[in-house]
Amino acid sequence: MTRSVVITGVGAVTPLGVGARTLHERWSAGVSGIEDGFGRAGEFEPKEHLSTKEVRRSDRFTQLALAAAGEAVEDAGWDGAPPGDPDRTACVIGTGIGGIGTLETQHLVMHEQGAGRISPLSIPLLMANAASGVVAMKYDLRGQSFGTVSACAAGAHAIGMAERLIRYGDADCVVTGGSEAAITPLATAAFDKMDALSDSGISRPFDRRRDGFVMGEGAGVLVLEEEEAARERGARILGYLRGYASTSDAHHLTAPEPSGRGAAKAIELALKDAGIEAGDVIYVNAHGTSTPLNDRSETNAIKAAFGEERAHELPVSSTKSAIGHLLGAAGAVESIATLLALRDRIAPPTLNYEEPDEGLDLDYVPNEARPLANGDVRAIGLSNAFGFGGHNAVLCLEAS
Amino acid sequence: MAATATREEIEQRVFKALEEFGAEPDQISPDAEFESMDVDSLDLVELAQIVEDDYGVQLKGEDMEGVKTVRQAVDLVMSKLG
Repeated sequence: MTRSVVITGVGAVTPLGVGARTLHERWSAGVSGIEDGFGRAGEFEPKEHLSTKEVRRSDRFTQLALAAAGEAVEDAGWDGAPPGDPDRTACVIGTGIGGIGTLETQHLVMHEQGAGRISPLSIPLLMANAASGVVAMKYDLRGQSFGTVSACAAGAHAIGMAERLIRYGDADCVVTGGSEAAITPLATAAFDKMDALSDSGISRPFDRRRDGFVMGEGAGVLVLEEEEAARERGARILGYLRGYASTSDAHHLTAPEPSGRGAAKAIELALKDAGIEAGDVIYVNAHGTSTPLNDRSETNAIKAAFGEERAHELPVSSTKSAIGHLLGAAGAVESIATLLALRDRIAPPTLNYEEPDEGLDLDYVPNEARPLANGDVRAIGLSNAFGFGGHNAVLCLEAS
Repeated sequence: MAATATREEIEQRVFKALEEFGAEPDQISPDAEFESMDVDSLDLVELAQIVEDDYGVQLKGEDMEGVKTVRQAVDLVMSKLG
């Protein structure tokens, strides 16, 4: 395959605020977007970004996706529509759960007022592909459009599929990412019941005291383009999506395979797909959920994929320490965080990391950002995303 | 209530609903077509729910067929009330 994939625009709405640069700058400065045990996108006011009709016609997860997509296409220099052939412009946006807020509200309406009272907008709002469909409609993206659903790997899977669409020749441009708005009564209670959530309300990946993840919400969207097409239109190129791979643990419904076998394989395959040696990676943006199981198996996976020696040299940090776990949006938001970190050649920190755990002995960039390798080497990094169900997706990015 | 609702009251209620649906206020008039205000079939189902809540009038899908303007919608509600 000779078609190469460039990133020409990024957009994000996260607990650290509205905007991809805001995410990068605040995280790098050590700011946390977590309050009272939740990572809410508190600075996001839908009406500031969307029309009355758009707000009414979308669940919060779609609203977040629309805002992130708006920023991304503007960042890519679009004037409201694809610069190229709309038929060859695609849209792939993942989510873990989709419009669960709508589902919960309408379920209550049905119980309290009867089936005849539920909103005719229920299904179009709650369907997990709504974000993808609505973004495609707004920007006249007429190529392939669909959602990906793989729990907390969904955003990374979406971007991986988008990359394949371009490389395979099905599309020249894809608006892609992930979105999630699941801080709802049922979803929160359900994650809590399975003991996945942090009792302390503190996200501290890789720390000995980590006790579960902190729920977050938000969206991340990227504009990917085939390199020649992007250069022809004079687009500013932020970086390259060099490679992608995905594997399955085939092990347990929720627990990662302890040795990190599947995750390690995904890392190795992503590097192979990118044609890049393990030694050329200068930064890893970990999935790093702050759960006891993930952070241990992910550490094992990084060691297995890079070799003990190289693994200990690599800066590895977790965005979730600053924003919590954005579930289906995590892989997308974190790939944007990875790209901007590589562009600025800075490793943002793993916040709240104070007490090392036995066997978790990588360089987790504790609490303070640090400069990455200087400009003489290529700025290549990985973004890991793993989901309940045993889904592993890894993206290999390079800043231009 | 149903017995006391005037034509004007119903019309104002429909105007208010259309504004909530996202129609531009300066486009809303008795003879404006729903389509021109970007009001579609999903919105009309919601409008039927509002009418039922406020006036106790049940509108079915087939009742709404052919209803293209605010005036026609108000006529329909009035005829059901009558």
